[in-house]
Amino acid sequence: MDGIHDLGGKQGFGPVEIDDLPVGFHERWHAAVFTMVSAAFASGAARNTDHFRHAVERIDPISYLTHGYYGRWLGGIENMLVEGGVITQAELDQHARSLGAKASARIAARPDLTQANPPETAAARDTSARRSLSSPPRFDVDDVVRTRNQPSSGHTRLPAYARGARGVIAGYQGAWVLPDASAHGDEQVEHLYSVRFAAQTLFGDDADELDEIHLDLFESYLQAS
Amino acid sequence: MSETEDVTLRAEALEALLVEKGLLEAERIDDVITRYNERVGPMNGAQVVARAWCDEDFKQRLLADGTAAIAEFNFEGGEVQQLNVVENTAEVHNVVVCTLCSCYPWALLGLPPKWYKDPAYRSRVVREPRAVLKEFGTQIAAARKVRVWDSSAEVRYLVLPQLPEAWRRDDQATLAARVTRNSMIGVEELA
Repeated sequence: MDGIHDLGGKQGFGPVEIDDLPVGFHERWHAAVFTMVSAAFASGAARNTDHFRHAVERIDPISYLTHGYYGRWLGGIENMLVEGGVITQAELDQHARSLGAKASARIAARPDLTQANPPETAAARDTSARRSLSSPPRFDVDDVVRTRNQPSSGHTRLPAYARGARGVIAGYQGAWVLPDASAHGDEQVEHLYSVRFAAQTLFGDDADELDEIHLDLFESYLQAS
Repeated sequence: MSETEDVTLRAEALEALLVEKGLLEAERIDDVITRYNERVGPMNGAQVVARAWCDEDFKQRLLADGTAAIAEFNFEGGEVQQLNVVENTAEVHNVVVCTLCSCYPWALLGLPPKWYKDPAYRSRVVREPRAVLKEFGTQIAAARKVRVWDSSAEVRYLVLPQLPEAWRRDDQATLAARVTRNSMIGVEELA
């Protein structure tokens, strides 16, 4: 989807704020959110990593930029738990108010109740995205390809900055679950490639002529060029 | 009340609700803190790098199939279904990002730093990597290529930094203690 999460190449965010914090958690609630991802998987409301990533992408875009990494995850978890029927937003609101939250607080989650999604049993889920395919990969190393130039309203791992761009197959990365399908509850398996792009192809003459960007892209994102 | 406090309260409310429903045990949160604050961190990646510097045969295996080469270390922390190790050389400098979320090789580097997950790094390092590297104090010579790895699938990337000339006589344990997290993301060079 053309969401705020698709940040590659966007301008205006200013210098990187480099922190010197030790590695690990710095706030208890960050660790709580981290642990609640596992709880969402255990409840069956979270189906797979792609489903979770897409749930994060669907949060309120203002919150995406202001609530921080664990705030974004919190919104994604809430989306999945509500859509899975594990909790309701009303009961969560009630708990939050009893802890002192104000009614005007901005809430990241935007659960889509038309997508109600009964939890799956734990046995039906597989946390590994690696698969095998009997059909051979369509592209070889050094083949010239062009990426798809169509936006997707669902989940995809082709960033907008690399749409419709000419690249070269740099390597074969094996067969994997296609995120565009698995985020929406459907399993399709595709070959994955490391694709090399000249920086100037993607970002014009301001980019350095020597530099390159590599992306891992699924076969259906690519066509022969 | 600040927005951060609002988010904190909602996280605490969800925690309480999931505990009440029997879907979460609060002790698990303490386990997660201990795991990521004490056992899973850049010291894991640093061991891999130091061994690659001291053992040419291991280095070749690591570059050919990172996933298989790190299996013998038995790192906990998961989330690396495929590891590709990219080597810095006199000709090429590598740097890693995830523009679409914040994918990161947790088992080797632990939790990502805040700046790695922030919009500034994610948006800019693909478009102007040399300018971003300069903000980290890293100046890449004009004749050297910068290769940016945007982790857009389940493959995770680790940069194998160049071994500084002055460290060549040091042993593996000494070297491992000097390898920094930022050098394995590719935003800094060791010296």
